[in-house]
Amino acid sequence: MKWLGIALIAGSLLLPPLLAGDFYVNLASQILIASIFALSLNLLVGFGGMTSLGHASYLGVAAYISALLTSKYGIGHGAAAAISISGTIAMAAFFGVIALRASGLGFLMITLALSQVLWGLAYRMSNVTNGDNGITGLTRPAPFGISLDNPVSFYWFVLIVTVAAFVMMTMFVSSAFGSSLKGVRDQPRRMAALGFNPWLIRWITFIYAGFWGGIAGLLYVYYHKYIHPSSLSTTSSAEALLGVIAGGSGTLGGPVAGAALVLLLKNYASAYIERWNMLLGFVFLFIVLVMPRGIVPGVSRLVTSLREGSR
Amino acid sequence: MTAPVSDHALEVVNLKKTFGGLTVTQNVSLTVRPGERRLIIGPNGAGKTTLFNQISGDLRPNSGAVRLFGADITYLPPYKRAHCGLARTYQIITLFASDTLEHNVTLGLLGLRKTRWQMWLPLSFYHDLASEARKILDAVGLLHLAAYPVSEIAYGEKRRAELAMALAQRPRVLLLDEPLAGLSNTERLTVKTLIASIPRETTLIMIEHDMDTALDLAETVTLLDYGRVIVDGERDAVIADPRTREVYLGG
Repeated sequence: MKWLGIALIAGSLLLPPLLAGDFYVNLASQILIASIFALSLNLLVGFGGMTSLGHASYLGVAAYISALLTSKYGIGHGAAAAISISGTIAMAAFFGVIALRASGLGFLMITLALSQVLWGLAYRMSNVTNGDNGITGLTRPAPFGISLDNPVSFYWFVLIVTVAAFVMMTMFVSSAFGSSLKGVRDQPRRMAALGFNPWLIRWITFIYAGFWGGIAGLLYVYYHKYIHPSSLSTTSSAEALLGVIAGGSGTLGGPVAGAALVLLLKNYASAYIERWNMLLGFVFLFIVLVMPRGIVPGVSRLVTSLREGSR
Repeated sequence: MTAPVSDHALEVVNLKKTFGGLTVTQNVSLTVRPGERRLIIGPNGAGKTTLFNQISGDLRPNSGAVRLFGADITYLPPYKRAHCGLARTYQIITLFASDTLEHNVTLGLLGLRKTRWQMWLPLSFYHDLASEARKILDAVGLLHLAAYPVSEIAYGEKRRAELAMALAQRPRVLLLDEPLAGLSNTERLTVKTLIASIPRETTLIMIEHDMDTALDLAETVTLLDYGRVIVDGERDAVIADPRTREVYLGG
């Protein structure tokens, strides 16, 4: 049963480029990028109990740094990516120090405020960021000389990064450190009495989540070949958060399912219904009412009860 | 940290704590010898748990000092005190409910080890941690429940799990906050035997209301009332003291 599931997932990841047209391959690439982003947010929300409404900061800043370096300063993609990720990590370290002074709602508000500052800067510093026009005419990298300009080769590239991201984040949460993180989420006082430093554990996780948010940002800007301040907006953060919660926060598959749901609704429903946001709202309402812990825990519970019922 | 040599395992000096206008700890001073079994008694609201919270670092005193084997720990955060050899249990059960009993005790072991920073290998890879956790569970008689989530075990067993988690730290000083609270008579006896079997390398300080059981475990007793030390000394002397009868035993 478990192997059947793995085979199904592997199959569905390999199929798009083989069977479908460019539109679907591109959609699949976007879902994978959104999955990395949601997985990184889930480290904070699901495993760390730190609900952030400013995670788009890391995606947006990494994307902007890469865009500026490659377009304005003519720096190569490899160096630009390294600088962009280092910058994002440094920013996460700094933002973490500020945001982790609070917890719960206070933490959420600080992350929101910090991301709003960045969003405002991206809009207003138009001499650098080109403001509301965004930065256009960007290129995709060509790792080992392989062009990523056609949708299929880009999909393979994104798939490799996504699998690496999934594996590394899974290792992170199953490790001894991951156990400390979950412990600090559930009983911070007890964890401190046992010798764990709750603040440092949260801070390291905050930086690690920022790092993967930055990776998602690089892929995002490679995909679109364009960056706009809206990538830093609260809507962008909130969509990822909704995806994590709808898919199942604190689970490994949940953020992937949630990210896929949001993107599919966005792309499909918007073709038929003008107010697709309203549909999104109803879908979330349905999930919260029927599967309060998210799609992945909800479905797995359903499967278990069906199997027990058939016995 | 280099601890100055001291004859005392724990020293509390002129500790003072106020919540707004309410003084909950008034000039409390205590000294506990290494290996001593100390019982702290007092009516509800006497400031017993507040005193524990200041010793463990969950609360900062307004003034005064706390020393562990001569080292001043008054302003250390709780996790650093744990590394100095201090451990505690809670009056209200504070366990990781959705995790297995074995995982709970493993966390107790992990807190003082470098392994806790390991970010790549799965925790299950560390067989030595698991086997040591099982050994501790065996010692408190819970080995048969090792694979059960804490939420599925009985209340009395949770009380013993609280103890197992603190014992995993091999503390030099252990604070027990009402380890017998809410237990049946049989369970009390089990936990009593368990506490009595804690080796002398661990100094015990215990808050407990069940005098019949707790007095058997104690060598010295401190009576608190309204945040003050009323009587302090050898067990029999404190029990015989008329002030103890007046304040606590309701004589």
